[in-house]
Amino acid sequence: MSKVNITYPEVEVREKRLGSITGYQGTASDLVCKSHGCKRLKDCKRSFSQCMGCNSSTAFCQLSMIRDIAVVNHAPAGCIGEAYDYNFTYRVGQKQRGIKEVVQGRYFNTNIKEKDTVFGASAKLQKTVREAYRRANPKVIFVTSSCASGIIGEDIEQIVQDLSKELGIPVIYCSCEGFRSKIWTTGFDAAYHAILRSIVKKPRKREKRINIINFWGSHIFDDLFKRLGYEVQYIVPFSSVEELEYISEATATIQICGTLSTYLAAGLEDLYGVKEIKSPPPFGIKATDLWLREIGKVLNCEEEVEKIIKEGHEKVVPKLEKYRSIFKGKTGYVTAGSAYGHALTGLLEEVGLKILGVGIFHHDPIYDNGDENSDALAGVVKNYGDIGNFSVCSKQIYELINNLNRLKPDIIIARHMGMTTSAAKLGVPSLLLTDEQFIMGYDGVLKFASRVYESLDNREFIDNFAKHSKLPYTKWWLDQVPNYFLGGEK
Amino acid sequence: MSQNSVIEQPRFSCALGAQQTVLAIKRAVPIIHSGPGCSRHVYRLLQRGQGYVGGNSIPGTNANESDVVFGGEKKLDKIVENTLKVIDGDLFVILTGCTADIVGDDVESVAAKYAALGRNVIYLETGGFKSNNFISHSKVINAIINQYVDKNRKKDGIVKGLVNVFAAVPYQDIFWNGNLIEIKRILEGIGLKVNILFGPKSAGIEEWKTIPNAEFNILINSWVGLEVVENLKKKYNTPYFHFPYLPIGAIETSKFLREVGEFAHIDKEKVEDFIKKEEESYYEYFDDAAEFILEFRYGLPGRFYSLVDSAYSIGLNRFLINELGLLPATQFVIEDTPEKYKDKVLEEYKKVSDKREIKVEFTIDGGAAQEAIRFEQQNSKKRYEVYTFDTDTSEDKHYNRAYILGSAWEKGLAKELNCDFITIAPPSTYRLALATAYVGYRGGLRIAEDIYNTELERYE
Repeated sequence: MSKVNITYPEVEVREKRLGSITGYQGTASDLVCKSHGCKRLKDCKRSFSQCMGCNSSTAFCQLSMIRDIAVVNHAPAGCIGEAYDYNFTYRVGQKQRGIKEVVQGRYFNTNIKEKDTVFGASAKLQKTVREAYRRANPKVIFVTSSCASGIIGEDIEQIVQDLSKELGIPVIYCSCEGFRSKIWTTGFDAAYHAILRSIVKKPRKREKRINIINFWGSHIFDDLFKRLGYEVQYIVPFSSVEELEYISEATATIQICGTLSTYLAAGLEDLYGVKEIKSPPPFGIKATDLWLREIGKVLNCEEEVEKIIKEGHEKVVPKLEKYRSIFKGKTGYVTAGSAYGHALTGLLEEVGLKILGVGIFHHDPIYDNGDENSDALAGVVKNYGDIGNFSVCSKQIYELINNLNRLKPDIIIARHMGMTTSAAKLGVPSLLLTDEQFIMGYDGVLKFASRVYESLDNREFIDNFAKHSKLPYTKWWLDQVPNYFLGGEK
Repeated sequence: MSQNSVIEQPRFSCALGAQQTVLAIKRAVPIIHSGPGCSRHVYRLLQRGQGYVGGNSIPGTNANESDVVFGGEKKLDKIVENTLKVIDGDLFVILTGCTADIVGDDVESVAAKYAALGRNVIYLETGGFKSNNFISHSKVINAIINQYVDKNRKKDGIVKGLVNVFAAVPYQDIFWNGNLIEIKRILEGIGLKVNILFGPKSAGIEEWKTIPNAEFNILINSWVGLEVVENLKKKYNTPYFHFPYLPIGAIETSKFLREVGEFAHIDKEKVEDFIKKEEESYYEYFDDAAEFILEFRYGLPGRFYSLVDSAYSIGLNRFLINELGLLPATQFVIEDTPEKYKDKVLEEYKKVSDKREIKVEFTIDGGAAQEAIRFEQQNSKKRYEVYTFDTDTSEDKHYNRAYILGSAWEKGLAKELNCDFITIAPPSTYRLALATAYVGYRGGLRIAEDIYNTELERYE
């Protein structure tokens, strides 16, 4: 039984649903052990913190690139500040995916003002939804909430139900008030909750199709699944509403990042029998072997999969050895979201760098499928050994800087924008990987290795940048231990 | 067109956008008491990097459910205390978000506690719903003046020739760095000492402490900042000179300098001498490329739309019409202009040219502005009424093109309508600005380059 529950309009936050945490400092093996119940997993509060991000961004991230929708953000004007960031990705992505007519995302905001916090803002919301409908003629309108709309107690669910009737299209509430969760990936869950609850329909039949839950990365799975006799469908960005309605008919779901897609993958299996491939995603040779074998089992094509594995090893291993010899003695640090951070850690080990530490943003002790085999960190520890200096840092740059200043790695590998700057200020070169798919599978290992090589080699810019930039941290802070402000149990 | 309950395509931020004004002051540190994502929403719209202590490094309380239910003062207190240990800064400004303001946290007493200990900590309520970043820009400057500068001011009286400059809103003006450098340069050129207050050419809070010592203040904006110069007038009796738009190009910059000179009784010869030198080189650059500029003029789109705040828009209109010879289509003023200033803003547009009237729309809704542009472009068969009478020029694809000066949102629209597009406002996804100026003599030259270069880009 999964932890997905679509009875209520609001998704249950990750802290409560999965017991996820945002503060930890220790070793990877200890965290794995605690996640699986050997000891209690405590979350630690910080008495100093830097601004994070909230679940309204992550919800918007997954909703905003569905092709024939509009988003109405029920909030003061500032809450939709990132709209063009996503619109940029949306436009670039449409082109990359060969969509002929590149369109603009249709994003609206209700401009909640002071008097609305006293008298309510329902009328504004209705007006904006109607206007979005008139302008964009969308198939679906998503209404996302905000701290302000949440605290003043707007009954958005009732309003969207009425508007759905009035307009004749689904108007769907997605609850993502910033203060609801310390873990911004709850916003992914909120978006998927809205999609599962109000868009996805019961399957009419089972198709030879695989759902791939991803962001906006490259289409690396097409050939693999074609060979196995399956079509692929990349969801949720760039999908149409019509396509999303029947993701319930796919045979299986694969994920590029458990942190992203835990809720949707588990929900599709639980509600509609779409099998979830539960092995951690295929980053690195060992993880790819495991992942492929599970696919072989689920899709009943084990023989073909063994051939693919053999071919992959033959092609990649000799070249990988060359990289490993070049990287001998080099050290690295990884900072990223939870599951992808584990993936990058495994990859870095596999290409032969020594991991000095890892700073992941939050930690999910278990995913929505409730299956311990999906624990990518456990896989990393099992495959490559324990990792010291393992921290769950909630994107706290001051902790990261403190760690990097002590560990002095040769390179840091990051997934999120904004993390590379701090390393660069210390003169540490960085590699930013925003396309997860790019480094997946057997070929991905080599692509990753060549990028690492280039980043290590090309030091000129970083050296000069470091020489002229200033860190805002006091000497006092750099002399403290990184978890100085990380208190005990909450 | 103005519908204040619909914003499609956001181009400005909420009151919390004041964090960018704080970040523009050297070694000033915002401390954000709000939900966990607010600061990031502001930053991702307006800034391209974290700089000294922006972006991901801004201290904040990341308010959660229990802070909303039980209040967040204690948490804020702790975060402020530790910020002072961890972050190396000169001035700390607590800014609140919606959660703290609706719940009613007593932020003032937290700030007062640290101020009483001699720490440079001040506060301002900037719950997003309270206003927008055009308004909170002035409010945060006043908060710094009232809570910090006033206590720490230099007591050595008025310094002859010292001026404080308040111009466009840092980061909301994507060229703010370059613009302030140019404004400082030209004012120094006529002999003034300039407190530019923001950016690397300012001396940070040491400079802020001398704000009360200024002989007069200069406000270069339509209405943003009036609250500041009025405050300073009341507080320190400092008179102010108000220039209601950004001076762009030689005509406007010389006019600006002459008016400042007159206001401050600066030796006329000195002012004229500087203007003469500047104009000589300015026009020589044009002269040098005159053949190209003149002959290629016929290849330029004739009309321009702009979607930007009024201070920019009026300055641009003056420059593009009077110096480059382009003609205005509808101008969209996007800054949520308060009702009481709308007439004054419209009056300024009337003064731009005695030959033509400029159509102005106030709207915060970019989507509505784009609908209007689309409608005009698709339905106008004439390039401009005055020249074409009833001649149908719709077949002449080139002749009917227009410039769209706006934000990243306009890139797609320009492509759709076969128009040319130049980024002048946030979100500025398709343009990186480091120290480019769009005001002054240098700004005029740069805009001329951008106008022509954009056109040249069209050719294979």
